[in-house]
Amino acid sequence: MDFSEINIPILIASLIVTATPLILAALGELIAEKSGVLNLGVEGMMIIGAVSGFIIGVETGSALLGIIGSAVGGALLSFLFAFIVLVMKANQVASGLALTIFGLGIAALLGHPYTGIAPPQFQSFSLPLLEDIPIIGVMFFQHDFVVYFSILASIATWYFLKYSRRGLVLRSIGENHDVAHSLGYKVIATRFASILFGGALAGLGGGYLSLVRVPQWTEGMTAGAGWIALALVVFSGWHPFRLILGAYIFGGITILQLNLQAIGVNINIAILSMAPYLATIIALVIISVSRIQGNKGAPGSLGVSFVKVT
Amino acid sequence: MFKLEPRVEFSPMISFLGPLFSIVLTMIFGGILFFSLGVDPVAAIKMIFWDPLMSETFAEYSRPQILIKAAPLILIALGLSLGFKANIWNIGAEGQYIMGAIFGATFALSLYPSESVFIFPVMIIAGIIGGGIWAMIPAMLKVKFKVNEILVSLMLVYVAEQILALASLGFLRNPDGAGFPGSRNLNDYPSASNLELINGTGIHLGVLISLLMVIFFYILLFRHSLGFKIKLIGHSPKAYAFSGDSPNKMVVICLLVSGGLAGVAGLFEVAGPAGQITIDFNVGYGFTAIIVAFLGRLNPIGIFLAGIIMALTYVGGELTQFMLNLPAAAIQVFQGMLLFFLLSFDLFVNYKLKFLKD
Repeated sequence: MDFSEINIPILIASLIVTATPLILAALGELIAEKSGVLNLGVEGMMIIGAVSGFIIGVETGSALLGIIGSAVGGALLSFLFAFIVLVMKANQVASGLALTIFGLGIAALLGHPYTGIAPPQFQSFSLPLLEDIPIIGVMFFQHDFVVYFSILASIATWYFLKYSRRGLVLRSIGENHDVAHSLGYKVIATRFASILFGGALAGLGGGYLSLVRVPQWTEGMTAGAGWIALALVVFSGWHPFRLILGAYIFGGITILQLNLQAIGVNINIAILSMAPYLATIIALVIISVSRIQGNKGAPGSLGVSFVKVT
Repeated sequence: MFKLEPRVEFSPMISFLGPLFSIVLTMIFGGILFFSLGVDPVAAIKMIFWDPLMSETFAEYSRPQILIKAAPLILIALGLSLGFKANIWNIGAEGQYIMGAIFGATFALSLYPSESVFIFPVMIIAGIIGGGIWAMIPAMLKVKFKVNEILVSLMLVYVAEQILALASLGFLRNPDGAGFPGSRNLNDYPSASNLELINGTGIHLGVLISLLMVIFFYILLFRHSLGFKIKLIGHSPKAYAFSGDSPNKMVVICLLVSGGLAGVAGLFEVAGPAGQITIDFNVGYGFTAIIVAFLGRLNPIGIFLAGIIMALTYVGGELTQFMLNLPAAAIQVFQGMLLFFLLSFDLFVNYKLKFLKD
């Protein structure tokens, strides 16, 4: 084994690529949770995004259309969830699980003929001038546009929640839907939109996996990424910037683990493969310990169905 | 227009009709799905729900298979239903199932080839301990640090799958297996084997115990104060607080029971139908059991029936794979659909529709 084989700038660059689908999916979930909806179907929406993006990419020969298709696929599946929890008032935890089971099944069904095919190449979108900076250029400025989009989307989400009027309405609905309703805000419509937004971003994250990061379709390829995205939302304390930080830390652990496998470090592959999941658990513990008094950041109405009383 | 009015009185009629309607709707929408896959929908639905029981060619093989597949589903779902009633969400039963099997098999294989009547009973205990330990991790983290048990229990499924790989490639690998992954076959080790009790019926000890557990849980839920407390904490945590018990106690009980049952289900599987620890030992019973728990409306008798129905779709699903070339995932879609309809139908269980005259 030779540790000098690990190239740090490339490590950082691939860490960012690893973290991007997580940022996207977690950001979508963050908006949904801020509006008071707990959608445990992120894994299902991601894998639907992965398969729909892949199929559209292969069939049209355009990776860009594929990426767009993945967002549409994720949003379509989330529509089902929105209908069940908002109109039929079903239990959100159970419905989210159902969405994941259903999504994994549909994705396996649709993706089966596409196993082992290479998707169209994705254009990288290097930033002129900046990309030529030694080392830093490789790390940060030679990525594809989805990476930059994930950062911009995080900033936009932060601004939307903190400074815009609609963001304030969304948060108030998440904190207490009865009060928000009595003030005349549209609880169901807002939540519907938030769930669809969450579905689109989760789908996008999945599409990024199958079209860029892997890039291939294999059954069950999200391998828990959706669940890790859910954990990231908790870890971030419902804050978009801490969410990016968490995703990069997590991406770092995953990439380091893969690199250690590649250079043949003397640790069993199975044990290295556990690292991302164990790291998630440890992160959840640390974050819970640090805010053990009160659940700072969690919306007050999270997971509760809204039924009009009057 | 209409509005929703909370139901004051529980309606057993609606509660019973829900699962029934959901199954019918799933058959219809599943039929549409099969049709779109280019398969005769009537033949596929018949093959899933009818042929495993009644077909002359398959029933002899598939009838025992139904019990074999229903037993772990019922065992796991019974345990999960306790927590689901109390709003404690263990969704990592799949991992606890794996750990129960690994603990039990490790104990047995460490004694191989010595024979003793005590080996199998201790294996059962080892299975309970394995699943229990795995469920105690989320329980302890929730009690001590208020960590979300949904995420921790689910993450531990992935960890357990890696331990399974470690076991079948490493510490449990069959030394006489010519280097192939997988442990010794416990069915070739009489003291550790969970054999069929009656030949050709599929009934092994796990099936018997799952039936006993249905009765036990019925008594626990409807005749014992613990059952009352579980329902109380689910409906109204504030009212529960007045009972003087700590909610933490419920977290530990619910996770320990569900983990232990998932573990013992894994043990019966590895010592019986599966026979050995392999990389793909787990086939998703831990996740399907979640559907079973809801299909049975978190009621022990309901879970028993739901377990049989879900096992039927498994066996029928395998038939459609062989006979009609349907992909394996189709049956997963089918099961997901069923859960959607069930959960949607809860609207009519919890609320009354009142039509308003304008």
